[in-house]
Amino acid sequence: MAERQIPERLSPLEPVFHPGSHGNFEHGVDVILTETRPGSILQLAAWPGEEKRLIEAIRKVTGLALPDGAGGGVADGAKAVFGFAPGKFTVADAAEGLAAAFAKVVTPAIGTVTDLSHGRTAIRIAGPKAEWVLAKFFAIDFALPAFPIGAGRSTTHHDVFAQIQRTGADQFDIYVFRSFARSFWKALCHASDEVGYEVQ
Amino acid sequence: MLITCPYCGPRDVIEFTYQGDGNRERPQPNSQDLDAWNAYVYDRLNPAGDHNEIWQHSGGCRTHLRMVRNTLTHEISSTGFARGDHNAAARHKAGGKS
Ligand SMILES: [Zn+2]
Repeated sequence: MAERQIPERLSPLEPVFHPGSHGNFEHGVDVILTETRPGSILQLAAWPGEEKRLIEAIRKVTGLALPDGAGGGVADGAKAVFGFAPGKFTVADAAEGLAAAFAKVVTPAIGTVTDLSHGRTAIRIAGPKAEWVLAKFFAIDFALPAFPIGAGRSTTHHDVFAQIQRTGADQFDIYVFRSFARSFWKALCHASDEVGYEVQ
Repeated sequence: MLITCPYCGPRDVIEFTYQGDGNRERPQPNSQDLDAWNAYVYDRLNPAGDHNEIWQHSGGCRTHLRMVRNTLTHEISSTGFARGDHNAAARHKAGGKS
């Protein structure tokens, strides 16, 4: 049997991804845009009444302890998890293979595991004007007291679904459909023009 | 107009989709009761005032919601999950400790 080639991951942003400083950066760069390219992006859903067992499974597999409450989440730099709907969670990991690990632990009695690693693109916006730029896109409150570090939000930008996790005081990771990622990225670059942005 | 999703908190109405009159009761699928089917499909209270409605937070957490909206003032006096068993996951105060 022929040996299987490991497929090379291509970014949907590639044709419009231009590292360097752009826009009005003469007075400094106020946001940094990057693609975080997690190896794994999953959606986990618990059947009604099984939420606690799913949260326990997340702790077992990732080591991340979800805080209580709707939209709660936590990120440790390599792995991230947050609630985006009742009983539903997005989990991301820099490494591949997270779906296989969860499939062993999330039994059919607890809920479902959906591997979206190839279906979502993760875009990070960081910097002192990150909140301000995102506020032009989404009608939600980005202020730190309303949107704490680690927390997740489900919302839309012009009918394009976005799941947003705050991964730092001035840093947000945005998960969008891969097929819309390029257009979203271009819009985000335009929105960042006036504050000066750097693509890394 | 803001609608307070029990999971996501207050969101712009643009994120929500109206799913119809919340007073309807669907007959059993094998029901032969034509009057019941007729009522389910056609009869509406159409009140000038508080109205039970089903909405979906389609541009957010995508859960279906049961709401009471005043058809004269648009005031929403209550919202909750259409499937009432998610109370444990209901939103805590934004940013607050659980
Ligand atoms: Zn919601």
